[in-house]
Amino acid sequence: MIKLLSIICCLFGVKLSVYSSPTSTNLIQSLVAIKSQGEGNQEAMKAWPLVSNFPPSAIPQLLDAMNRANNLGDNWIRAAIEKICEQNATQLPIEKIIVFLQDYSNEGGAREMAFQILQSEQPSKANQLIPSFINDPAPVLRQKAVELILNEAKNSSTKPKAIKLYRRALMQAREVEQIKEASRELEEAGEKINLIQLMGLLPEWQLMGPFDNSERKGFSVEYGPESEKGLTEQHKNKDGIVKWEKFSTQDELGLVDINQKYGELKEVCAYAKTTFHSESAQSAHFRIGSKNAWKMWVNGALLFSRDEYHRGKTRIDQFIIEGKLQEGENEILLKVCQNEQTQSWTKQWEFNFRITDRTGSAIHSNGSIIK
Amino acid sequence: MKNGFLLLISLLSPLFLNADWLQFRGSLGNGGTSITSITQLSVKNKNSWKSELPGRGLSSPILVDGKIFLTASSGPKQETLHILCFSQNEGNLIWERKFKATGRTICHEKTCVAAPTMVSDREVVVAQFSSNDIFCVDLNGDLLWLRGLTYDFPNAANGLGMSSSPLISRGVLIAQVENDADSFTTGIDLKNGEELWRNIRPKGANWTSPVLLGTGKNQKVALQSTKGISLINPTNGKESWSYQNGASSIPSSTPVGDVLLVPSNGLTALQTRTGGNSHTEVWQDNKLGPGTGSPAISGDRFIVINKANVLTYAKNDNGEILWRMRIKGPVSGSPVATRSHLYFFNEDGLGQIIKLEEDEGKVIATLDLQETILSTPALAGDGLYIRSDKHLWKISQ
Repeated sequence: MIKLLSIICCLFGVKLSVYSSPTSTNLIQSLVAIKSQGEGNQEAMKAWPLVSNFPPSAIPQLLDAMNRANNLGDNWIRAAIEKICEQNATQLPIEKIIVFLQDYSNEGGAREMAFQILQSEQPSKANQLIPSFINDPAPVLRQKAVELILNEAKNSSTKPKAIKLYRRALMQAREVEQIKEASRELEEAGEKINLIQLMGLLPEWQLMGPFDNSERKGFSVEYGPESEKGLTEQHKNKDGIVKWEKFSTQDELGLVDINQKYGELKEVCAYAKTTFHSESAQSAHFRIGSKNAWKMWVNGALLFSRDEYHRGKTRIDQFIIEGKLQEGENEILLKVCQNEQTQSWTKQWEFNFRITDRTGSAIHSNGSIIK
Repeated sequence: MKNGFLLLISLLSPLFLNADWLQFRGSLGNGGTSITSITQLSVKNKNSWKSELPGRGLSSPILVDGKIFLTASSGPKQETLHILCFSQNEGNLIWERKFKATGRTICHEKTCVAAPTMVSDREVVVAQFSSNDIFCVDLNGDLLWLRGLTYDFPNAANGLGMSSSPLISRGVLIAQVENDADSFTTGIDLKNGEELWRNIRPKGANWTSPVLLGTGKNQKVALQSTKGISLINPTNGKESWSYQNGASSIPSSTPVGDVLLVPSNGLTALQTRTGGNSHTEVWQDNKLGPGTGSPAISGDRFIVINKANVLTYAKNDNGEILWRMRIKGPVSGSPVATRSHLYFFNEDGLGQIIKLEEDEGKVIATLDLQETILSTPALAGDGLYIRSDKHLWKISQ
């Protein structure tokens, strides 16, 4: 039946009038229901030609479906909306799309799509809205508003005006490069910026190590700190007893240089732990940067691991892992491994780490979030 | 009658190949084509054009049925993935599809998310990105299926970016996703995006692309890694033979007939034995090691450009070097060739045509596009097609 409908639509250019019917809901659901490893592709393949032939008035419904879709379903729906817009550029429900865009209860990706439609069809209207994104929970939209402020600061006629704008950009920015840009300009103007505090980077850790990582095998070995009582006890490495020792980084971007603690060693692992206080149980982004292989546990549960060495430099927010903070104390444990390579660009044994909410706003261990 | 029809098709097929450029390094995947050579490069020719691109890319254009397909990536984190379709004659954008990356988009500054080149079977086109997102669309841009291989396997990523271009063989899309952490190559049903097989592959960063060896039902796919070569059946992933003397992780192998020129210990020629389940080493020469780009075939000769910007012209059958010359590099893309001329762009955007004579090579034309070019050109009877981060050019003579 779906195939027949599809053929009719293609042959006669018929816009489906069933988009508000249960049939249309089922078709859209086929795109929402996509799962990993291709599961659901067959149904989506049947539904997509019909959905992409919906009239333009169905776009808000499709944007709403993006709220429920995973990233794969998001792309299926995105492509259908794009096709509808392509075929009906002059008939788009612009006002409804703007209402959707301005409603923070919608998911960021869906709102970005709404903005993309607006920008494509009515660019001046889209540009007028950009300043209103300055507190937007969707990082990409917020970034556009911050970009406007940074550009205005660059083109300011007076230094005091520029500084004022850079301060505003710094407070509102959540994207690392924008934060760095505003901070750099303010420091050049003589201001001292505490990026660790601003970005919620964690500078205080306890380290334990080194443990053996010959032939990169230590990555998979469960040394003492990974065990049930690992966080509280001393453990053995090949040279004897090792203990947790305090380490505080002085780096302005919170880089924890493990070489400073143990020397420039090769084929070793170290553990880093800290206790993080959360005001409430909440979803969080655990953001680690490291050019070494690493593992991350939160409250004893392994959240993610990455067995890769020296493929590029250590960056802030290099890996963003979704997880949960419990109310009160949370134990964060990292394992950071160094390999055998001897080139000058493989000396680093390091990481940075911060926790944010899903908008990129830093969550601080004392419970505060800069909004 | 049936045999007569097949004969007609086989006689006509070179004509189709001349018109289209279906994958990375051409329809044969070896940089070679039998079209008539272009001997001048001019952006002022009335048939030449330049089109703006919405994002960066190292991927090459492919040409199918009068259309050009190309990928690009844009956005602060290159999270927007573009599939673009241009008219081959006019250069106007026919359609564009934009998707969001579901895998990692962090790359080395020199490369970008739109690094792999698209592939087509003339019915559909498939785009793979460094984020390991794969999209199959028809020639009109209608989405047929999609996959997110890093979404499926979160550790399938390379911190420097990935660049392997996919292949189509016997109805199967071959996607190579080889890296340090979760390394595999998978065969995906071109009809519906479903996984047919997935082979665990050696752990290690790998920027090479798979290549086709043979034709029809006997066609196999050669996978290259630092361990060597694995020749597999595309329909089930089963290995026919392997070569384990190591190979490069950057320049790819080059097929010519039933021989594979492998960037291994310089360059090593491997030939599939009768029966297809074993191979023999035909020749090896450590003076023929390619730089970043892969060797190109020109009839019964091949060309290699090494890291020192030295171009070498040699015989396919025995590796005998006929001549060498220094060119203006550095060159990141692979060269492409007709039977008598070689074409490539250096990283500064200088296009160069070398006339390939038996005793020497002569630079007969150059063109400075004044933009960084890290990609491989596509070649068709009506011109040379090349992209930079900002533009797609057609250059006619």
